Amino acid sequence: MRRIFALCLIMLMAFAGKAFAADDTVRIGVFLPLTGQNAFGGQLELEGVQMAFKEVGTILGKKIELFVVDNKSDKVESANAVKRLIDKEKVHAIIGTYGSSLAMAGGEVSEKAGIPQVGTSCTNPLVTQGKKYIFRVCFIDPYQGAGAATYAFKSLGLKKAALLVDVANDYSVGLANYFKKSFGKLGGEIVTTLNYQSGDQDFTAQLTKIISLKPDVLFIPSYFAEGAIIMKQAQELGATFKIMGGDAMDNPKITEIGGKAVEGFVHTTFPYDPSMKDMNPMAKKFTEDWKKIHPGKDPNVNAALGYDAYMIILDAITRAGKVEPEAITKALAETKGFVGVTGATTINASHDAEKPVGLVLIKDGKKTYVGDITPDL
Amino acid sequence: MTQAMFIQHLLNSLTLGSLYALIAIGYTMVYGILRLINFAHSEIFMLGAYFVYWGLTLVHLPWPLALALSILVTAGLGVIIDQIAYRPLRDAPRISALISAIGVSFFLQNVAIVFFQAIPREVYRPSWLEDPILLGEVRLLPLTLFVPALSFLLMLGLIYVVYRTKAGLGMRAISKDIETSYLMGVPVNRIIALTFGIGSALAAASGIMWALRYPQLQPIMGVIPGFKAFIAAVFGGIGSIHGAVVGGVMLGFIEIMTVAFFPELAGYRDAFAFVLLIFILLFKPTGLLGVKPEDKV
Repeated sequence: MRRIFALCLIMLMAFAGKAFAADDTVRIGVFLPLTGQNAFGGQLELEGVQMAFKEVGTILGKKIELFVVDNKSDKVESANAVKRLIDKEKVHAIIGTYGSSLAMAGGEVSEKAGIPQVGTSCTNPLVTQGKKYIFRVCFIDPYQGAGAATYAFKSLGLKKAALLVDVANDYSVGLANYFKKSFGKLGGEIVTTLNYQSGDQDFTAQLTKIISLKPDVLFIPSYFAEGAIIMKQAQELGATFKIMGGDAMDNPKITEIGGKAVEGFVHTTFPYDPSMKDMNPMAKKFTEDWKKIHPGKDPNVNAALGYDAYMIILDAITRAGKVEPEAITKALAETKGFVGVTGATTINASHDAEKPVGLVLIKDGKKTYVGDITPDL
Repeated sequence: MTQAMFIQHLLNSLTLGSLYALIAIGYTMVYGILRLINFAHSEIFMLGAYFVYWGLTLVHLPWPLALALSILVTAGLGVIIDQIAYRPLRDAPRISALISAIGVSFFLQNVAIVFFQAIPREVYRPSWLEDPILLGEVRLLPLTLFVPALSFLLMLGLIYVVYRTKAGLGMRAISKDIETSYLMGVPVNRIIALTFGIGSALAAASGIMWALRYPQLQPIMGVIPGFKAFIAAVFGGIGSIHGAVVGGVMLGFIEIMTVAFFPELAGYRDAFAFVLLIFILLFKPTGLLGVKPEDKV
C-alpha cells in the first residue's frame, strides 16, 4: 500500500514538474518594497503594474502571469526576492524596483541568472552600470541632480545651498553629489553637507546647525517619510530657506503627512503628474483609468512608472516575437521612442531612459506640476 | 557657536533625552523586578501611539480621552502578553523568557505591518503643542517642557509605587527571590501581571509622547527608540529607576552635542550610542547608578 502511495507521489511530482516547465504562459516577476520604509513608493508602483496587467493580460497569444514578491525595503530581502522569482517562479522578465540600493542588490541576482530586469524608479547610475540584463524606465541621478541645481540657481536665483543626506542610502548620497557638482559649476556655493542615517527621526541638531549658516536653499535627497519629518522640524526651528528634494519625495500623500510644513517645497520628478496641464494621450488615459479603479486616490509618477515598466516589457516581447529572456533582453536594449505615461522613452547605451526632468511645487496644500527643465550639464 | 544656537542645542537635547528617559523607565522597571529585558517594550510603545491615532481618527475621541484609553488598553495588552508569553516560562531558565520576549516583539511588529500597513501615518497634534514659543532667537517647543516634566513625575510616581505601597513591597520581594516570595504568601502572579501592566502603560505613554514630537506612525517606529532607551537604561544602571532618567537624558545630550560640535560625524550618531553601550558594559557593567548584584549563596 505504502509503495503504491509513494509511486503515486512520484508520478504526481513528475507531472507537476512537467506542467511547470510548459511554455504556455508568460511569467513576469515583480519585486517591490511593499512593507518597510519604502512601502510608500513600492505600493504605488505595484498598483501601476497591476493596472497595466489588468489592461493587457495576454501577449503573442499567451496568458501573462504576474508574480509579486515583497523586498521589505531591505537589501538582503531584495536579493532573496529576485532569487525566488527566478528559481521558484521561473519568470521570463522582472519588474523592479523602487529604491536604488534595493535595485542593485536584486540586479546582481538577475544579471547572474541572465533574466532581464526593468527598474521602475531606481535612479542611481550604478544600477545599470556594466550590466547586460538590467534596464530602467526612469532617468538617472546625474541628470536629475543637475536639473534640481539648474532650477534652484537659474530659475529661483538661490545662490547658497546646504544639504542633508542619508549616508546609509546609495540614492541619497549619489543625488546629493550630483546636485553639489552642478550647483558648484553654475557658480553657487555649498555652505554645508550634513548627514543622517535611514530611520533617524530626530534631525534637530543638524537643522539647528544648518539654520545658523543661513543658506538660501536646503536640498534633501531623502525618501518621503523622512523628508516630511525633516520639513516639520525645520519649520518648528524657524527655518525660512527654500527646501528642495528629488523624485523620492513624489507622493500624493505629501500634503497630508507634511501639513503646512511642506508648503513651498519643490521637488524634481519624472515628467508625469495628475496636475500636469498638457498630458500626452497615454497619460490622459492612465489618469482617467486610475481614477475609475481608485476613487478618491490620486495617481502619481511611481504608479505611472510601474505601468510603463510593464508595458515596455510587453513591447519588447512583441518585437522579440518569442518569450525567451535572451531575446527579450535584446529587444529591450533596442527600445526606441516607446510612448508611455511618462513620455516617449528611448533606452540609451547605458540602459537608462532619456526623459526631461519634471518639477512639482506644493502650493496651497496641493501638488502642482510646474513644468519640466532641461538641465545645464 | 553663538549663545542662542547653543541654547537651542541644549533644548533639543533635553527633548530627545527626556523621551529616551521616559521609554527607559518602563524598560528598567520590568527588568528591575523580573530580571527580564522585555524586548516587546518597543512594540508596545508603537501600539500605544497607534491606539491614540485610531482613537482620534476612527472614533473621533477628544485628545485626553484617546490618550487615557490607549494607556489602559496597552496596559491590558501587557498583562495578556505576560500571561501568554512569559508566565509559562516562569520556572524556565532566564534565557527562555528573553527569547520569548524577542519572539513577541517580532510577532507584534509583523501583525502591525499586516493590519496597520507599512504606510506612515500622520499624527494630528493639538495646536497648543505645535506652535513654538519664541525666546529671542531660541525656539522652545511646548513639548520640550512637557516631556521632561512628565518623565520626572512618572519617575516619582513609580518610586512611590515600588517603595511605599504593598504591591511595591511584593515587587521588591519578587526581585530578591521569587521562590521565597511564593512561600511567604506573596501573590506572585498577580504582582507580576501588575508589573507588566504598569510597564506597558509607561511604554504607551512614551510612545504617545514620541509620536507628538515626531508626528509620524510606522509599525517599526519603536525599534530604534527602543534600542536607544535600552542603552540609556544600561547606561544609568539597569533596574534603577532614577538611573534610567539620568541615562536617558545623558544619551540625548551626547547624541545632539556630538552633531553640534562635530557636524561631520552626524551620520554616525547612532554608532556613538552603541559604542557607548559597549564601553559601559566593559568598564562599568552596573551603569552609573546601578547597584552591584549580591551573589546569592
